Amino acid sequence: MLDLFLRALPLLEKAVLVTLGLGLSAFFCGCVLGLLIALARISPFRPLRWFAFSYVSIFRGTPLLIQILLIYFGLPSYGIVISPIPSALLALSLFAAAYLSENFRSGIMAVEKGQWEAAWAMGMGYWKTLFRIVLPQAFRIALPPVGSRLIGLMKDTSLASTVTVVELTRVAEQLGATTFRYMEMFLIVGAIYWFINQVLTILQTWLESHLSKRYT
Amino acid sequence: MNTSSTHITAPVQVQGLAKSFGANHVLRQIDLTVARGEVVVIMGPSGSGKTTLIRSLNFLEMPDRGTIRMCGIEIADAGPKPSGDTRRKMREIRKKTAMVFQSFNLFGHMTAVENVIEGMVSVQGLRKSAALPRGLDLLAQVGLLEKANEYPGRLSGGQKQRVAIARALAMNPEVILFDEPTSALDPELRGEVLKVMRDLAEKGMTMLVVTHETRFAKDVADRIVFMEGGVIAEDTSPDHFFGPSASQRSRDFLGLIED
Repeated sequence: MLDLFLRALPLLEKAVLVTLGLGLSAFFCGCVLGLLIALARISPFRPLRWFAFSYVSIFRGTPLLIQILLIYFGLPSYGIVISPIPSALLALSLFAAAYLSENFRSGIMAVEKGQWEAAWAMGMGYWKTLFRIVLPQAFRIALPPVGSRLIGLMKDTSLASTVTVVELTRVAEQLGATTFRYMEMFLIVGAIYWFINQVLTILQTWLESHLSKRYT
Repeated sequence: MNTSSTHITAPVQVQGLAKSFGANHVLRQIDLTVARGEVVVIMGPSGSGKTTLIRSLNFLEMPDRGTIRMCGIEIADAGPKPSGDTRRKMREIRKKTAMVFQSFNLFGHMTAVENVIEGMVSVQGLRKSAALPRGLDLLAQVGLLEKANEYPGRLSGGQKQRVAIARALAMNPEVILFDEPTSALDPELRGEVLKVMRDLAEKGMTMLVVTHETRFAKDVADRIVFMEGGVIAEDTSPDHFFGPSASQRSRDFLGLIED
């Protein structure tokens, strides 16, 4: 297996960067969008709440693969042509935002009402209270599910292979096809995914214990 | 002090305040004036509207009807959906008053001193470095200077409430509203909080205190407001309220809480 690994190494190196780049950027965009959707979901304005509810319902309720295919193969029929990597990034971000918004919302809801009231009682407005008092505590509560989401997202990037993005899974397919050593190739790539996610898990655990040490 | 000057300077003036939660009329027609420097203790059985009254004064509860004039700012008939102008006035009132809660509500992600200076920084716009000396000074006043850099999770209930009082003082409030400040504390921790409150009263702070602490009420209060069924049933001196000439209902109430 080692000879195959060494032969594949140049391609794998690039592919790992694409996978990581795709996963982390989608996570970042998904966090920003997800936070906005979470805020819309708890807003006092009914249309905003309704929009957020529909968004989550659609993007969480349909397969990510369908979303990717729609964006890459479906949209060109309407004159919107997006190249492979941006297509995958867009789909992954929209999909992640749906889940992350629910993680953030549950974090915000878990912050006691008294925290809002104490800030209001000193004359703070809604946004200041949100950003200075509630969100820092909500993020800490939301950290475990958000970490899980990042790991899930890393694995979901493999679906980008269906729209010709040359990431880990695509490289495994290609090399498997040329060498007929599918078993070994997919084992190698599977191990790389596992390794990436193991590092992320350790990072999340460290962050969790670091934060809980500070606050309690 | 004659009546007219009381009305010009009194930091708390409430007229015809009413509030319902659904069919439950928690407050009916409350009139109350508190003069500058006065300590008013609000007592009464649970469900009598004490907490709702004190929370209405800084609009954590929105009154249905009535006029509230706090620190010279007047809001009439706020209602459940206040206008932009009313909301602006609410915030002005909140900046000039402070509240101490039963459950402390210290900001969990900030140290004691960060809690104390949060209002100075985010509401009054001071720089953190400028607010810090005063924050430490206030913590020293409540005897907690050595806990300045601890997070609330590491403080006892009594310490948390003293930090909360220092946080209230940081805004230089004209009135401090206390909503059962010792009710969540173990008996042995109440004394330290009550002592801080006594010190404040001696320094002339205007205080409205919802509490069941009869000793504090006897010793410190200028007036006892006794509430029952959403109205002020009695507004009298501690001597009268706790004395031999007290009304039957206040004696019944005290008999219930003193055992």
